[in-house]
This record gives sequence, structure tokens and C-alpha cells, in this order.
Amino acid sequence: MEQIILFSPLIGAVIGGFFWKSIGEKAAIYLTIVLLFASCFLSWIVFLSHGLATEKITLFRWIVSGNLSADWSIRLDRLTSIMLVVVTSVSALVHLYSVGYMAHDENWQDDERYKARFFAYLSFFTFAMLMLVTSDNLVQMFFGWEGVGVASYLLIGFYYKKQSANAAAIKAFVVNRVGDFGFALGIFALFMVTGSINFDDIFVAAPKLAETTLTFLWTDWNAANLIAILLFIGAMGKSAQLFLHTWLPDAMEGPTPVSALIHAATMVTAGVFLVCRMSPLMEYAPAALGFITIIGAFTAFVAATIGLVQNDIKRVIAYSTMSQLGYMFVAAGVGAYSVAMFHLFTHAFFKAMLFLGAGSVIHAMHHEQDMRNYGGLRKKIPYTFWAMMIGTLAITGVGIPLTHVGFAGFLSKDAVIESAWAGTNAGFAFWTLVIAALFTSFYSWRLMLMTFFGQPKSDSHAYSHAKESPMVMLIPLGLLGLGAILSGMIWYSSFFGKDYQVANFFGIESEYQQTLPKTKEENIVEKNNEKLEDALPPQGAIYMSPENHVLHDAHYAPIWVKISPFIAMLLGLLMALWFYVWDKKKPSEWASTLDPLYRFLLNKWYFDEIYEILFVSRAKVIGRIFWKKGDGGIIDGSINGIAMSLVPLVTRISTRFQSGYIFSYALAMVLGILLLLTWMIFAVGVK
Amino acid sequence: MIYDDLNIIFPEIFLSVYAMVALLGVVYTSKDELAKRVTWVTAFIFILVAFLIIFSEEKTEIAFGGMFINDAFSRFSKIIILLSAAVVLVMGQEYMSRRGFLRFEYPLIVTLSVVGMMVMVSAGDLMSLYMGLELQSLALYVIAAFKKDSVKSTEAGLKYFVLGALSSGLLLYGSALVYGYSGTTLFSGILSNVSTDAPSLGLLFGLALVIAGLAFKVSAVPFHMWTPDVYEGAPTPVTAFFATVPKMAAICLFIRVMYDAFGNIINDWQQIIALLSILSMFLGAFAAIGQTDLKRLLAYSSIAHMGYALIGLAAGTEFGVQSVLEYMTIYITMNIGVFAIVMSMQQDGQSVTEIASLKMISETDPGKAIALVILLFSLAGIPPMLGFFAKFEVLRAAINAELVYLAVLGVLASVIGAFYYLRIVYFIYFGEMPETPLDDAKSPILRTIWTASAAIMIFGIVSLLGVEQMAKAAAFSLLN
Amino acid sequence: MGAAVFAFYLFALSTITGGLFTVLSRNPVHSVLWLILSFLSSAGLFILLGAEFVAMLMIIVYVGAVAVLFLFVVMMLDVDFASLKAEMAKYLPLGLLIVIVLLMELAMGLAVWVPSDGAKMVLGAPIPSDTHNTAALGLLIYDQYFLLFQLAGLILLVAMIGAIVLTLRHRKDVKRQDILTQIYRDPDEAISLKDVKPGQGL
Repeated sequence: MEQIILFSPLIGAVIGGFFWKSIGEKAAIYLTIVLLFASCFLSWIVFLSHGLATEKITLFRWIVSGNLSADWSIRLDRLTSIMLVVVTSVSALVHLYSVGYMAHDENWQDDERYKARFFAYLSFFTFAMLMLVTSDNLVQMFFGWEGVGVASYLLIGFYYKKQSANAAAIKAFVVNRVGDFGFALGIFALFMVTGSINFDDIFVAAPKLAETTLTFLWTDWNAANLIAILLFIGAMGKSAQLFLHTWLPDAMEGPTPVSALIHAATMVTAGVFLVCRMSPLMEYAPAALGFITIIGAFTAFVAATIGLVQNDIKRVIAYSTMSQLGYMFVAAGVGAYSVAMFHLFTHAFFKAMLFLGAGSVIHAMHHEQDMRNYGGLRKKIPYTFWAMMIGTLAITGVGIPLTHVGFAGFLSKDAVIESAWAGTNAGFAFWTLVIAALFTSFYSWRLMLMTFFGQPKSDSHAYSHAKESPMVMLIPLGLLGLGAILSGMIWYSSFFGKDYQVANFFGIESEYQQTLPKTKEENIVEKNNEKLEDALPPQGAIYMSPENHVLHDAHYAPIWVKISPFIAMLLGLLMALWFYVWDKKKPSEWASTLDPLYRFLLNKWYFDEIYEILFVSRAKVIGRIFWKKGDGGIIDGSINGIAMSLVPLVTRISTRFQSGYIFSYALAMVLGILLLLTWMIFAVGVK
Repeated sequence: MIYDDLNIIFPEIFLSVYAMVALLGVVYTSKDELAKRVTWVTAFIFILVAFLIIFSEEKTEIAFGGMFINDAFSRFSKIIILLSAAVVLVMGQEYMSRRGFLRFEYPLIVTLSVVGMMVMVSAGDLMSLYMGLELQSLALYVIAAFKKDSVKSTEAGLKYFVLGALSSGLLLYGSALVYGYSGTTLFSGILSNVSTDAPSLGLLFGLALVIAGLAFKVSAVPFHMWTPDVYEGAPTPVTAFFATVPKMAAICLFIRVMYDAFGNIINDWQQIIALLSILSMFLGAFAAIGQTDLKRLLAYSSIAHMGYALIGLAAGTEFGVQSVLEYMTIYITMNIGVFAIVMSMQQDGQSVTEIASLKMISETDPGKAIALVILLFSLAGIPPMLGFFAKFEVLRAAINAELVYLAVLGVLASVIGAFYYLRIVYFIYFGEMPETPLDDAKSPILRTIWTASAAIMIFGIVSLLGVEQMAKAAAFSLLN
Repeated sequence: MGAAVFAFYLFALSTITGGLFTVLSRNPVHSVLWLILSFLSSAGLFILLGAEFVAMLMIIVYVGAVAVLFLFVVMMLDVDFASLKAEMAKYLPLGLLIVIVLLMELAMGLAVWVPSDGAKMVLGAPIPSDTHNTAALGLLIYDQYFLLFQLAGLILLVAMIGAIVLTLRHRKDVKRQDILTQIYRDPDEAISLKDVKPGQGL
């Protein structure tokens, strides 16, 4: 069954991509969709029926080289099954949605066929993502990691006739290289230290790593911290965390379904998944966890501030994605991996939904993406409006405070913030997240208000022709809406309930299953047990060291902590109403009074510009030197020199003797004899 | 006693008797009208004998007091020689009969030449070596000039004959010196009389001259000069024969002499073979670049390939021998394919061999184009093809024998050599459309052969279709 | 220095001289004559070795048949030897240089000639003392060297076939006499009588 889940997208991609000409474009599209839905259906079965134990299914032996060996296998535990559900569900719905969205595209001529290619890419992406989440060793994971990178590149640059799309695709690829380099270094370091790249071996070795010292960049590091940070640098690239985030907003050049699938719901969460997957290692790397928390908190804050002033509907959602990813990393960084996964899970639904809703708006408005040209669309596209409304309610975190009733985002975001409070003792990360929640609420409502309320601002033509999207696009919105409303409430206790509930869900060690929080004595017993079972990797999908009480403490947060995100949400909503409904001059007033700040935010904290000066222009200079002097001058020069002058010369000489006269041939033979005899004389002489 | 000996050389006797009986039979009946049929029958007989050898008992036997050795090494060589000779015969008969110079003597001369080769690879004595070599060579001189109305063909035959005589002289002189030193012409006797430490200079001169004579037969530089002219002048089917079957025999004979007779003084000949090998590889690569005629180009290509085969010999190890045998088998397979394509090239019914005439055959005959590209890639030694593994094995043998410089030079030469193969590929796919494109010779036989050859280049990587094991056994039997 | 040694050097010297002038002499007919001298001298060498049979063969076959055939061929050929010689003169210095170096090298090698220890044991009298020379040869050829003898036969066969193949031409435009057809020709079929009336044609 797992194999079917894994490989049916690949089959879809291969057939759809290479053989659509023989089976027809339509058939290829439907084939990919059917295969994806089959995969999705089976994933849900696996998710709901999966037991506690970690299953391993070896498919084939992949690499054997020296003492490096890696099988191609599926590691099936709770983390995997969560990701399976997220990936295949969103992917299946996006496939379906794309049938409507990609039906007509002004980027292509009438006679150009592009759809089958699009679906093949989507399916290929899904396959690579599944490879990533089911891997049992780091190299296989890296394969999936790079596979999704390739798919992302192909899909961002899908409109390859547009200059900007190509640039964005290359940017995404190059920025990710930086992260991947870190990831690769992390894998190398792990292999160097533990001699294996299989998760189980690494997890067993994790406690020892914490006591090992590695020298890297002329400095001594604690091995666990160093490796964890290197791996996290990989995660930073893929999950668009601060400093490596600049590609994500640009990636919105791709078609909107792509943004929903890759750049919101699945691929960008791979980094979070990686950190959670490596939790047995992370638990022994406190410094790395601190680093993750700080980066995550900063990202959440910075992205939210930028989101405040953006006008492109997709960019707003993109920054929102980035911000939410920051939330997840904070949760992971404080050690509440289940909470990170919880937010990942719910976020996938509502963010995919927001993107698809935005896509529906864009579709209705004839590919107009500037929110300033929207307005009053509520009546024109009611279904889309309601879908977006659900999404907004979910992301801003609407619910009944102090209960477990509310939209998905309400539950998961509260969980994150409470964990941050517990993990940092109401420190920096906590306050950053609360402020970010306020901003989130503001820009989300701003988006809703500018788009659906008020007067139509666009030229009457686009507005009057705006019409509701077809059913094939609305059905995925509806299904995702269900997820956005319910997923939080249904799985709240599994991800963020009592300790034993979480332990149960993730299959963590059996003692946890019934016991309530442990006493000190039990801790000691635990520790002794651990020593005895030294050779066994920790059970369960995630690992929380006995000292890690974040999850437990978070439940005992004071009431002000628990309602703080709700209050932030309300404040944000009120601000948005004030700015965009009650007093519509306010935004421009503020923009002019706080001009430097406004520009600072509008220009995304000048990250791109700084990078341009610091790296890009210098890289270009170096590249130019290598290109002109190195490649052009030295390499081409010498090769051309050899190829154009030396080789023909030798050729001429060697063919000159080929005169056609027997006596010159005989002469050559006699000379040869002379050569051999002389050689013999010297050989004997040397002896 | 003689009965046992005759039993051992039964395949050779069978072929000789067949040649004589067929000669008489055809002369007294309808002569050249039967030529095609005789060719087919000969090819069939070759295959029959090959299978006879394949299924013969696997043991080492000697006959005629050590002058004739039947071991796994000779059996391997004979099988390859017989099978490839059969294929080349079948391949050429159509071409020759269409152009009106297929005569019934052709397959029979080839048969006698094959007998000579079989004696060569089984030789256990300098005299039987020489007899086999002369039987083979004389037959080759004749068939080089077989198209007697063509000046070029006659010239090729004559040149080959005169230079061949010179090389035979060198070989004989060398043999005389070796005999003078060791007092016997038997390989086993030479081996036991040649001591490892400080052999006399006279013996080494003998060795050098024997090497020179054999180097002529494998067309190693600087004894290669005849090759381009003879390849170009001889009729294409004969060239195909020259490029494949005798090369196998000559290389195997070379190995046999070096190990069976001079195996105790490997250090003395290793450097010389390495020198010949380097010269051949580089000259083959450089000179081929300047060629415009496909057959001439293939001549230089075969010179370069012999250079690679000699690397394996220079390694002086059992694995080296194995790698040479594998190399030769692969070399023959791909050359048969390429020559099948060369034979099918014609313009308005006239055969052409200019490289430029291959321009854009990807348009006119995509199947042939793909096969040719695969074969050329394989000849150049580009990885997924079998030709790469052939080179890889000999280079590996060189490195194992600590002849790293030889391996490095081999790689360098193959980089240079890749150029002229790729230039043909360029013509095939990116050239301009010529005014008169090649027309198809419409020969299903040729098409089958080149397709099979190209397919082997791709699918043969699975332990070389069993050849690897056989080559290993052959190398083992030679050295132990 | 006994007579045998003296004879050896005489014959050896004349063999080499004959070979040298075969190459050097200006007139090709002279070359063949020098060649005959060389053959004769080597026959003398064989006699010195006690191989009378081979010596006789040498004279009968090489001098009597081969060399005479050569003579005919050379006399019938119309080759401009003068121009060939002129061409050769250009390469003479290089050729001489090579020859000298080669000779020196060979001298270096052969001057210190020492056969291996094993060789002395293997080497024996080639002729059994109690057998007749020809019979001994026959025993060797038909017994010990049977294989080589047969192979030599095959070589000659190839040479024969080759010579025929390369020179025999069936020219279609040449009328050949076929005696049998001539004999069996029936006059009735070949000739018909016609009565031609005066003043009229057929």
C-alpha cells in the first residue's frame, strides 16, 4: 500500500510528462488526478489505521560504497503519516483545482500545449515530496529534498516566456543551494562522526554526539550542536527562514496552484519536518535549538511586518506563509515538536485554501493581482468570498478563548504561543510571536477588506466581467475549508493534549502511554533504562528528552498568556477595520508620516538590495573574472590552443610520413627496429 | 601417437580438408556461379567448428612435441576468430557479388587464412608460429588485391605483401637469435633456458625483432604504415576482415609468445610494449583527425585500438591478459557493426567511403544513424557503451600493474581520439544536407548485423554476455 | 686454421658479397647473377655443415629454377631503373647512417654472445651419424615436423590459388578455339544450299 502511495504520483508524472502525446492531453491530466486521489485515499487509510510502531519497508538496496550503505526504504511512523496526509491531500485537491485554473492561460498561444506538462510537474513534485517524508536515511531524504527543489524550479519557471519567472526560478534554486550546502555538510559531518546515514544509527549515536567535539571553520564545536545547526541551515533554505527567505515571495511568479501546493502547504514545511524528524539529535543540541527559536521568531516577526504593506495579493499570502513557518520553527525550537507538526498540519489546510481562494480571485479578475484594483468582489464571487473568509478566520485564529473550540489556526497558533511562553519563560520569542499574531490579523483582514468590501476600484470592465470560478475549482476550496475549520478541533488532543495522549499518538515509549507527568524518581528509572537500551534508537516518531517539559508546562500557562493571541487578533481586526473601512484616508496618512518606516517595510527590509550589494554583485564580478579570464582565457585559450594549433600540427606531421611509397614505410619500420634495439641496449646498460 | 596429435588439431584439419575439397568440387562444376553458396557454406562451417570447439573438453593438451597447444586461451581466440570470420564473410558476400568480384576462391582463401590464424594462436614453437603467420598473411595478401581491376586494390595487395615480407624477415631474424641463445625453438624450452636475471643482449635483440615482426601484424606504431593504405585500397569487405579477425589472431599470438616463451623476462619487454602502445594510441588519435575517408579513419582507429590492447599486454599480469581478450572481443564486435554500415553506404549505386557523405543520414535513415552513433560512442569509449568498459578494463590492468603513467596517457589519447569519432556524429546529426544523399543498399543482412552490434554495445554490459568468464579462464590457462 | 674454417669464411664472404652487389649493382641482370653467386655460396655452406641434400636442393631449385626465372622476368620488365636509382640517392645518406648505427648495435649485441646454459645441453649433432643424410631429413620432416610440413603445403596451396586468382582473366571478347565443338560440328546444320536465280539477290 505504501508503495502505491509513493509511486502512483511518479507513474502519473512519467506517463503524463513523456507519453501525453500518445494518450492525449486530457487523458494524461485525468490520469495524474486519479492516481493522486488514489494515493491520497490510501494515505488517509494509513494515517487513521497506523499503529504505534515504526515500520520500515525496504524497497531495494540503493548505495553500497565502502562503509556507506543506504537502502531505498520507507520509514512509516506518525510523522510520516501526517506528512503523507498533508502532501497527498493538498496535492490531490490542487491537481483538481488546476483543471479549472489552467484551462485557459494567456501566457500561451492557442496551439501550444502546456497542461500535461504542468500536471506532470505537479505529480513529480508530489513524488519527490513523498520520497522526502518517507525516507529512512539522510541521503534518500536529500534525494527527495533536491527533487522537490527541481520541481519547484520547474514550476516557478513554468511561464518560461516571462523574464521575471525565469529570474525567480533561478533565484529560488540558487538561494536553496546555500541551504542545501549546509544540509549536505550536516550529512557529511554525521557520516564522518557516526559512520552511518541511517536514522536509527544516528539516533542511537546522538547522546554520544553531544559529548564529541568537532573542528569546523577553525573552531571547536560540540558535534551535536554543529550538526544540528548545519541541518537547520538546510531547513532555513527550504522553509524560507530569515536570511534565506528572499526566494519565496519571488516564487509567486509561478501559477497560483503551485504557490498553494509547494510554496505554502508542503515543500516549505520540509524544513520543519526535518527538524522534527531529527528531534532525537536536536534534543542533545540545546544551542542549536536556541538558534532555531530565535531565527523562527525573527522570521515570524519580520515577515509579518512586511506583509502589512504589500499590495500584491499573492505576496501578502507568501509573507504570511513565511511568518507562519517562523511559528513552527519556534515551536520546534523550544522542543514542542508535536506542536510544530500541529501547526504544520493545520496551516497546510488554511494556507492552501487562502492561496487557492486568491487564485480564484485572480482567475475572476483576469489575472489582476494588485489588491488596490480590487474591491467589492463579495457579491460577484460569493463562494470564493466565503472560502477566503474561512481561511482568514483560521489564520488569524478565531475561536472561543480558553476552550478547544475554534478554527484550526486558533488552536494550533495558541499551542505554539503557549509553548513559546513555556519554552522561553515568557521571553523574547513569546512576545515576538504575539506581536506577529497582531500583524497577521491586521494584514489578513486588510486583504479581505480591500478585496471583497468597499467599492470596486478596478476599471469597470474587469469588475463587470468577474465571475465565479467553475465547480472544479470550488470543490477543492470547500474540502480545504472543512479542514481549515475542523482539523484543529479534531486532532487538538493528539498533538497538544495531555502528555500521554501525545505520546500515544506519536508512539513514544510505552511507559508514557498511561502515566501522567513523571516524578523525579521515575525520571531516574527512565534514565537507567535508557542506559540499558543504549543500542536501541528511541521509540516513536519524535523524541523528547526526559528533561523536556515544555509540552506539559504549556498547559499550565497563565490565562493572560492563553488569551494573548486572541486579544492580538482582535486588535488587528479593529485596526484593519479602522484603516480600511471607517477612515480610508488613514493608510496614506500613516504612510506619509512614517515614510521611512513605510518604505523600509515596502522594500522588504531591503534584504534584496543588501544581498545585491553584498553577494550578487560580487559574485558577478568573480564570475566575470572566471568567465572571461579563467574560462575564456586560460581554459578555452589553452584548449583552443591545443585543439587549433598543436593537434593539427601533430596530425600533419603524422600524416606526412604516409607518403604512399613503400620505401618510406620500410624506412619507418627500420627506424622502429633501431628504436627497439637501442632501447634494449640502454635497458641492459641500466642494469 | 600421431593419432592423438591429429585428434587435437582436428578443427584445423577439418577446415583445411574442407577448403581443398570445396576448391576441387567447385572448380569442376559451375565455378563462380556457386560463389555465393560457397560463402554461406563456409560461414556455416566456421560456426560449426566454433561450436565444436565450444563444446570440446576443457583441458590443456599439447601436440607434436609441444609445437601445438590446445588450451582455454587458444580455444577462446579460435571461437572469436571463427565466429567473427563467419559474420564478416556473410556480410561481404552481398557487397562483392553486387559489384561483380565475388569469386569462389574468396571464401576458401579466407578459410585457409583462418586455419593459419588457428595455428598461430595455438603455436607452441617459433616454427609453427611462423608457419601459421605465413599461411594467414599470404592469404591476406591475396584477398587485399582481390578486386584485380582496381588499381588501388592491387596496390594495397602489393604494399602489404612487400612490407609483410620485410616483417617476416625481421621475425625470422629475431627467431634465429632467440634460437641461437636458447638452443631450441620450442616456447617451453625458451622459457626454461631464459633466466630471469641478466639475459644476454643478443637474446634481447632477438626478442626486440620478434616483437617488431608481431607489431607489424597488429599494426602497432611504427610498424603500422601499411595499415591506412591497405585498408583504403582493399575492397571494403576485405578491409572489414583485416580490421577484425587477423587482429585477434595477431594479438593472441603476441600474448602467447610473450608469456609462453618470454614470461621469465617480463621486465625486459614490458617497457617496449608500453612504448609501442603509447605511440600507437597517440598516432592513431592524431592522424585520424586529418582523414576524410572513412576506411582510412578506421585504419587509424584500429591502430589506436591496438595501442589500448597492448596496454593490457604491457601490464604483464593475468588480469592484463584477460582485459586484452575482452578488449579484442568488444573491438571486433563494434568494428563489424561499423563496417556493416560502411558497406551499406552508396550513392547512385556506387559505394562511397567519404566521411562527408554521411552528412544528415539521421534524416534519410534514422535507424542507421542511431546505430552508427552508438558504435562511434563505443569506439570512442563513452561510458554507457561497451567500448568504455573495454578501455576501462585495460586501464585498470595497467594501474594494478603500477603502470599509472600508461593509464594516464591512455586516457589522454582517448580524449583526443574522441574528437574524430564525435566529428562523424556531428555530420550525422548537424551537418548540412548533401546534394545527393546516400541511398540505402537495402540489405537486411547488413542491417541486422549493425543493429545487433549496436545493441550489444548497450546491453552487453551485463558481464559482457559471458565473455568475461571465458576470458578469465583463458588468461588463467595461459599463465598457469 | 684448417681447410674447413677457411672454406667457411670463403663461402660466407662470397655469400655476403653476392647479397651486397645484388642490391647495389646498376644493371638488374647483374643483380640476378650476383644473387646466383650468393645462392651457390650458401650451398657451399650447407655442404660444410654436412647437409649435402639441402645443398643440392639449393642449387637445383634456387639456382636452377628460381634464379633463372628471375632472370627472365627482369629482362622482360621495362622498368626505368635509372630514375629509381636517382630517387634512392636522395635517401642514401640517411640510409647509410641507419645501416651504420644498426650494424654497430648488432655488433655490440653479438660480440658478447653467450648462449644460455640450457642451450648447450639441447644442442647436439643435428645428424645422427649412422643414418643417411636424406633419410634423416625425411624422418624429421615426415615425423617430428609433420605439422610444419603440412602447413608449408597449405602455404604453397594458398600461393598457388592466389597467383591464379589474381592473374587469370576470362575475357569475353576473345574468341577461343574449342576443338570438340569443331570436331562435332554437323555440316548439315552449318551449311545450307540456296538456289539463287540469275539477276536476283537473296
